[in-house]
Amino acid sequence: MKEEIFISGRNLPHIDPHLELWHWPISLYLFLGGLAAGILFFAALVVLFRKEDKYIGAVKYATIIAPIAIGVGLLALLYDLSHVWYAWRLYVTIRLESPMSWGAWTLMLVMPVSMLWTLSYFKEYFPKWNWDFGFLSYFDWIIDFVIYHRRVLAWILVPSTILLGIYTGILLSAFNARPLWNNSILGPLFLTSGLSTGAATIILMSKSHAERRMFSMIDLVLIGIELFLIIHMLMGMLAGSQVQHEASLLLLGGEFTVSFWVFVIILGLAFPAILEIFELVGFKVPAIIPALLVLLGGIMFRFIMVEAGQLTRYLY
Amino acid sequence: MAIDTKKCVGCSDCVVACQTENNVPEGFCRDWVTESVSGTYPQVEIELRSERCNHCEDAPCVRCCPTGASQIVDGGIVIVEHDECIGCGACIESCPYDARYVHPEGYVDKCTFCLHRVTEGLQPACVSVCPTKCMYFGDIDDPNSEISNMLKTRKQKTLAPEAGTNPHIFYLI
Repeated sequence: MKEEIFISGRNLPHIDPHLELWHWPISLYLFLGGLAAGILFFAALVVLFRKEDKYIGAVKYATIIAPIAIGVGLLALLYDLSHVWYAWRLYVTIRLESPMSWGAWTLMLVMPVSMLWTLSYFKEYFPKWNWDFGFLSYFDWIIDFVIYHRRVLAWILVPSTILLGIYTGILLSAFNARPLWNNSILGPLFLTSGLSTGAATIILMSKSHAERRMFSMIDLVLIGIELFLIIHMLMGMLAGSQVQHEASLLLLGGEFTVSFWVFVIILGLAFPAILEIFELVGFKVPAIIPALLVLLGGIMFRFIMVEAGQLTRYLY
Repeated sequence: MAIDTKKCVGCSDCVVACQTENNVPEGFCRDWVTESVSGTYPQVEIELRSERCNHCEDAPCVRCCPTGASQIVDGGIVIVEHDECIGCGACIESCPYDARYVHPEGYVDKCTFCLHRVTEGLQPACVSVCPTKCMYFGDIDDPNSEISNMLKTRKQKTLAPEAGTNPHIFYLI
């Protein structure tokens, strides 16, 4: 028998008896960051392949969500900072060792680019907008400029959104003190999940059948990769050191087993994949159902990983 | 710092001294005492440990800090510069010893080995008050210091060395 107790009465808020410092704002931020990265990545790819006319939902409508998602995510993040009036310190330092530092900078790059992207479709959203209004003509010039340079924006977005998507995972996996997070699969896994939720949003925002079909196919492939990566992650942990082994048991029999398997694996991955296969082989399935399920799975996955990871630690 | 678990009686004087010296707010502490019981009666062994930030050489809190507020100062002490801390909590998440907390004023706070005292040649508050003199603070790079001699002659361990942070608090066992 071995028992460890604090005899000096330590009870630090949010740390004892177990760490629970990061809550829904962080989970939401990771989800929205991945979502925005996914949407913008596909929009940029469509433009680079010159398929804008075919996949109009991806480039024009789904992308409206991206700057909103990043904005809400950033607000959630600011809300979570306990020394928030010093938040500007993030943007006077670049520390490549710290994922949060380069991630914050990536976000600062993607956010204005995504806004410019939406701006470049402004005239198409509001075709009857009156431009003969004094200073607005100056605004008109900016819009023409971004429309003309949309491919440049796309070239910026492809690498930066991959970086943003992978950052949402690396942010957690860099913490070696939390064995559930501390595995190198988490970055690619969160990136894949982010791309998948992005594809699902495009399906929701699209009006064309061909486009929905295309992104259902993409989503199906991404779900496959995601399932593979999750199995890979759990296998690696089961074969890992004692702390990693114990961490994986949280999802395999422990506290988070039901929520993980029901909401993430079954409702968030397996079920939408089956529905998408049905749809692709010709059955009538409302495209909105698998898309919404993928989004639900994505957000639940972030919540479970953030909460469960904080329960795991080195025991000594 | 080296702490002799054979001499420690678990009186928690170090905890109170720290709270007084550093104006630690009520309900918080930068150091604490752990009682580790192993075995079954009548073969029971108790180990008492005064624990705090391990001032790791390869400190994950310093690595993860996005603003550089967590830093290692000359001599190897890990500190948090309050005016540079944004309160993101990355360092708390990254610490295998859970040795940090969010101060009610928002910044992250932790043991500083009483940097303000040791730069004046004094001992950290916890060391100076210990009634059994079970703590040794000094320069482990100096082969003739008291702590170096202690580490040469006594059996010792560090906490969670598998976390790979190269902790600098040695427990003499």
